[in-house]
Amino acid sequence: MALLQISEPGESPAPHQRRRAIGIDLGTTNSLVATVRHGLAVVLPDEEGRPLVPSIVRYAEDAVEAGYTAMEHQARDPQNTIVSVKRLMGRGLADLADARRFPYRFVDAPGMVRIATRAGVKSPVEISADLLRALRARAEASLGGPVDGAVVTVPAYFDDGQRQATKDAAQLAGLPVLRLLNEPTAAAIAYGLDNASEGVYAVYDLGGGTFDISILRLSKGVFEVLATNGDSALGGDDFDHRVFCWVIEAAKLPPLSPADARQLLVKAREAKENLSEHDEATIAATLAGGAVINLTLTKAIFTEITANLVAKTLQPVKRALRDAQLAPGDVKGVVLVGGATRMPQIRRAVAEYFGQPPLTNLNPDEVVALGAAVQANKLVGNRERNDDWLLLDVIPLSLGLETMGGLTEKIIPRNSTIPVARAQEFTTYKDGQTAMAIHVVQGERERVADCRSLGRFELRGIPPMVAGAARIRVTFEVDADGLLEVAAREQTTGIAATIAVKPSYGLSDDEVARMLQDSFAHAADDMQARALAEAQVEADQLAEATRSALAADGDLLDAEERAEVDVALARLATARAGHDHAALRAEVAALSRATDEFAARRMNRSVARALTGKRVDALSD
Amino acid sequence: MARAAFRPTASISDVIDFSRNHFELFGLPARFRLDGPVLDAAYRRLQSDVHPDRHAHADDAVRRIAAQSSARVNEAYRALKDPVRRAQYLLQLHGVDAGAGAQLPVEFLEQQLERREAAAAAVAAGDDRALTALVAEVRADTRAREERLADQLDGARAYADSRDRVRELMFLVKLAADLDAMLVTLEDR
Repeated sequence: MALLQISEPGESPAPHQRRRAIGIDLGTTNSLVATVRHGLAVVLPDEEGRPLVPSIVRYAEDAVEAGYTAMEHQARDPQNTIVSVKRLMGRGLADLADARRFPYRFVDAPGMVRIATRAGVKSPVEISADLLRALRARAEASLGGPVDGAVVTVPAYFDDGQRQATKDAAQLAGLPVLRLLNEPTAAAIAYGLDNASEGVYAVYDLGGGTFDISILRLSKGVFEVLATNGDSALGGDDFDHRVFCWVIEAAKLPPLSPADARQLLVKAREAKENLSEHDEATIAATLAGGAVINLTLTKAIFTEITANLVAKTLQPVKRALRDAQLAPGDVKGVVLVGGATRMPQIRRAVAEYFGQPPLTNLNPDEVVALGAAVQANKLVGNRERNDDWLLLDVIPLSLGLETMGGLTEKIIPRNSTIPVARAQEFTTYKDGQTAMAIHVVQGERERVADCRSLGRFELRGIPPMVAGAARIRVTFEVDADGLLEVAAREQTTGIAATIAVKPSYGLSDDEVARMLQDSFAHAADDMQARALAEAQVEADQLAEATRSALAADGDLLDAEERAEVDVALARLATARAGHDHAALRAEVAALSRATDEFAARRMNRSVARALTGKRVDALSD
Repeated sequence: MARAAFRPTASISDVIDFSRNHFELFGLPARFRLDGPVLDAAYRRLQSDVHPDRHAHADDAVRRIAAQSSARVNEAYRALKDPVRRAQYLLQLHGVDAGAGAQLPVEFLEQQLERREAAAAAVAAGDDRALTALVAEVRADTRAREERLADQLDGARAYADSRDRVRELMFLVKLAADLDAMLVTLEDR
């Protein structure tokens, strides 16, 4: 019975059903997807039991490959096999100091660089989306259905453009994004919940392409990020590259082809990984021209050629501690995150700086995905034991506006806890000025030229006044994802001209529309079909109800009225045979209007019938 | 405020009651001397109630108010946690604008000028130890002045007369931040 199926407002039809929630660590080198099962966060492996997905996408002749399949072809097809795409997110060609290191055919474009592949020109957002689709497929195969919510991690030091690009990629891949979560914070969640720790912790996160340091205080279930710092262009890749350069120098190699370069980079990475376990590693390769390389890299040489990279990570560590107003000795534990922290010279440097050995009891490759899964599980609404905790994160870089003379006016300083909203008033500098240009920037430097431009917009329609009389209030709001929205409003006149911008990283509206169209073309077909099916059901119900009413009470209508209803019924039948749900809905509405009066007369008749035989005084109370 | 339009938790409606000042929000007396751990605990308790993550399943209106409330609690915490911002806020509650043009004593200004010159000399000489010592000196000076200010504000309740002392502290905070930035540059070299 239909009536028995009605549920209370706000209650889901199946309250005990668990929702499918996943955490995704979208890494420079490797990515992972995790979920919470029986109260425990676990990484979801592929059919062969491998937990990692290499962050590699290949545009093959007739297919898009991601992960291990793409990796197998990277040396043979380097220009169509994209590795480390995370380094390109939200970045223009001018931002890439190391563009020559990539064997790709870059296409310069405003805001964000593109890569020419055999499948066409791709933006980093599209390439990341292809990788995310592979992760989503793995999760859906493992969980047995569509994902209800995902938390995707980003380096804490990612700026607004890089965050927005990541969120767009996830949406393009069809993932319902619950939250962007900072990687070190995700690691802290995984550690904190595992060990029920209290006190100040440092998370040292050296990934493939990014370095983050976060200082957190854990207290009574609240994870409070005190400060974060980092370098969004420093990671394990740079260590590979040092080894690569060392090989070129030691073997006196001429400039390499893209395929040879990729082969040597792979060998360099293998040597780096070997040196975490052994005192020396062999690098052996035969290049396309026939040159044979056979070199031995010792731990001592490796440590020496990477010493300044290790030192480079300690500067953000010092800054983060200073921002948190703490000394190294105040830190109760140091958590290591990222495969690159397996390098012994990193562990030594961290232990020396903090005066204690770092914590390594969770797998540094998996800890971020595990923390993200825990957060996703909570946000999607699955109840667990010990889920009464809260996360208070910060923005990594100051947000501000350009003022006169190309200088930055900071509105929200770095390390402000989010969500945060702050407003500042500005005024006009010319008599009768009716518009004001607003340029939103992110960064710590004084000059606008040294900060990252997030977006520009114009406030128009300011009533003409003398210079300095207008009061323009600019409001910055950063949500819990760390994403910014800016609004401006003229205060004095009550005439409110308000505009809101989401800073963009340079994808044009057309491009976004095209990508969305590509990705949702099928979804749109589905929606059409659904709308048509719903309209058909409604049409059938109304036609049936009308016919039976005419059979029972047709005498209530005169000939003209009857003809009107018959015409409406016929038009409905015609629309019912077609595929246009909008036209069908229009005819449903028309028939409904044509029978309004008829329905009212039938109501009167049935009331009169019900009243027949009842005494008048029985109705009076 | 559209308070009657929905019925979220009691805490949210308390937080969006903008007639309450920051001290009232955290249930603390409006004084300069303040129990840091009590403020921290009150902050965490309030955020535990109003943070958007706690209302991830509520409807749009509640989620929007949760975000606004959470932002307000963050703002209030920021204003009270730092002593100099707290002093400014306390003055503001008593109708005194610490930012308005004050005349600082010449000796004070001269002392800060000397400190800046000493810092510039330390940077030029690459002497980060001297600069670190200077930062420590400014911090100690700041703390001593905060103690005296506490007596003036909480004891004598001399708000208007404290304005110049608060301004001196604001001056010192800016100096300490600049010296810190110089120290970072020096260490990066």
